[in-house]
Amino acid sequence: MALATKNLSICLENKLILQRVSLTFTPGRRTAIIGPNGAGKSTLLRALASLNMHYEGQVLLDGLDVRKISRKKLARRLAILPQGMTAPPDITVGALVDYGRFPYRSWVHASDAKADREAVEWALECTHLREFKHRQVRSLSGGECQRAWIAMALAQQPEILLLDEPTTYLDIGHQLEVMNIIEELNRSGKMTIIMVLHDINHALQYADEIVVIKDHGIFAQGTPQDILTVDMLATVFGVKADIFVNTQGAAVLSPVSLAGDRAVR
Amino acid sequence: MGDEREPELERAALASHSHGWRLYRRFFVLLLFTALAVAGFFISVMLGSVEIPLEEIWQAIFSGASGVHEQIIMNIRLPRTIVAALVGINLALSGAILQAIMKNPLADPHIIGISSGAGLTGILVMLVFPGYEYLVTPAAFVGAMGAAVCIYALAWKNGIRPVRIILAGVAVSAFLGAGISALMIFYSDRVHGALMWMVGGLAARSWPHVAIIYPYTILGVLLAFLGARQLNILQLGDEIAKGLGLRVELTRIVMTAIAAMLAASSVSVVGLLGFVGLIVPHAARLILGSDYRFLLPGAAILGAAVVMLSDTFARTAFAPTELPVGILMAVLGAPFFLFLLRREL
Repeated sequence: MALATKNLSICLENKLILQRVSLTFTPGRRTAIIGPNGAGKSTLLRALASLNMHYEGQVLLDGLDVRKISRKKLARRLAILPQGMTAPPDITVGALVDYGRFPYRSWVHASDAKADREAVEWALECTHLREFKHRQVRSLSGGECQRAWIAMALAQQPEILLLDEPTTYLDIGHQLEVMNIIEELNRSGKMTIIMVLHDINHALQYADEIVVIKDHGIFAQGTPQDILTVDMLATVFGVKADIFVNTQGAAVLSPVSLAGDRAVR
Repeated sequence: MGDEREPELERAALASHSHGWRLYRRFFVLLLFTALAVAGFFISVMLGSVEIPLEEIWQAIFSGASGVHEQIIMNIRLPRTIVAALVGINLALSGAILQAIMKNPLADPHIIGISSGAGLTGILVMLVFPGYEYLVTPAAFVGAMGAAVCIYALAWKNGIRPVRIILAGVAVSAFLGAGISALMIFYSDRVHGALMWMVGGLAARSWPHVAIIYPYTILGVLLAFLGARQLNILQLGDEIAKGLGLRVELTRIVMTAIAAMLAASSVSVVGLLGFVGLIVPHAARLILGSDYRFLLPGAAILGAAVVMLSDTFARTAFAPTELPVGILMAVLGAPFFLFLLRREL
């Protein structure tokens, strides 16, 4: 069960975003995609999830071109959480999560009501939202709302979960809460996680594989220890950083100032 | 920690209580709408220049007696009431569908050019070929669908974005509106009938009009209800909908076509009746919530009730003068719409 791209090139509005990107995402791992603004991280993620199909090259799922898989079948194996979602404010968390069962329903086949119910309960359980099932979406805080959307994606019972900056706009407590949920899904559920992250330290702490995107292609790919270095931050982000070890014995990167060309005013 | 659990459990219990209540409430509201529609139906048949008691209505419809009252019921009031109900259903459903697929609370049948298209061709026939009055309805239908297709084509660029449809709709409507104005000025001696039609009214609508509109109502209601789940998903936004496996472009095209068909069939029969398609879905959403499995039937039933009652009021309030129902709808609808806006925004 592997997701991969082969010579993936994407142009948006006549502007080259990604050029001949070939990548394989190891099943059962947590991969973080990082890179500067506008490098094409979200574009890559959207192509991986077939939200944008205007590309050259291929996106492969188990070696099969995703364009040959029906959208609903794909949605049962792969779920994506894009950025900036809006739901009708009056629907309940339970109803929202239940929408995640859409790929299992059709006009011809009545869906398995028991399986639907169990999937929704499981999704709520994973995201600690059991008590929120009957609450309206409008009454949720930012962190609860993000968890509700994650629960909806989980109700799809995907093997692969794609997340676009899942912690944006959340305070540090809710950020860790969301990251811990994602980690747990991967640990106990063996779910493959592919996430675009802004916070380098989240990538260090929560990913076991890093992909760095820069200048329309892959700048580097490997383990956090190999990739997330002071040199990389200087080259890719133009930032001079310190690295130190925290009380837990983990490495932490701390940006200190702009580096190289960007430091010159 | 132990202290915190208890209120949480209490909240959960409260929540599950409110869940059942919410479901029952929705069914109750649907029942209430239905009662309103049934009441509207009988009031509409009862009231008019001659008041007819309820028993006689019953007799006229079910035992086919043939007095003067029965004649009035069978030839005038009953068909007119049925047209009113069907038009209400069609316009409300059309508006409800468009509000979901355009993700815009201001979307109504006007936005996809239904009114301007039907207006231009309908008025063209009325003013330029006054001998062919019977062609007004089919011409208006063709005009409405034509304008909708035109707007869709203009808005197409690697797929459809709601904002582009709305902008294309405004542009095309303005363009066609110029044509309507030009016709009215060139044929100013004949504009009376055209004016009545532009406001929208049910005067002299009878069985032939029922025959025109009912197949579209049946087909439209069926297709719209089949698409309720898709509309629910579409409300979550294009990205999420695609991620859940919905074919967003296809759904949007098919649902727009259904909405256009529903609105075009009503507009071709009663003229450019506004506000029903905008207000009724809003009111239904406010009361029933955004779940289209409830919202669609709710809007349809409420639409029927509103148009039947408004028409009854319009033809009896200032008797013997009959007010076109379109004027009444605008007079009542505009303040109500403002009320909704202030509540929501």
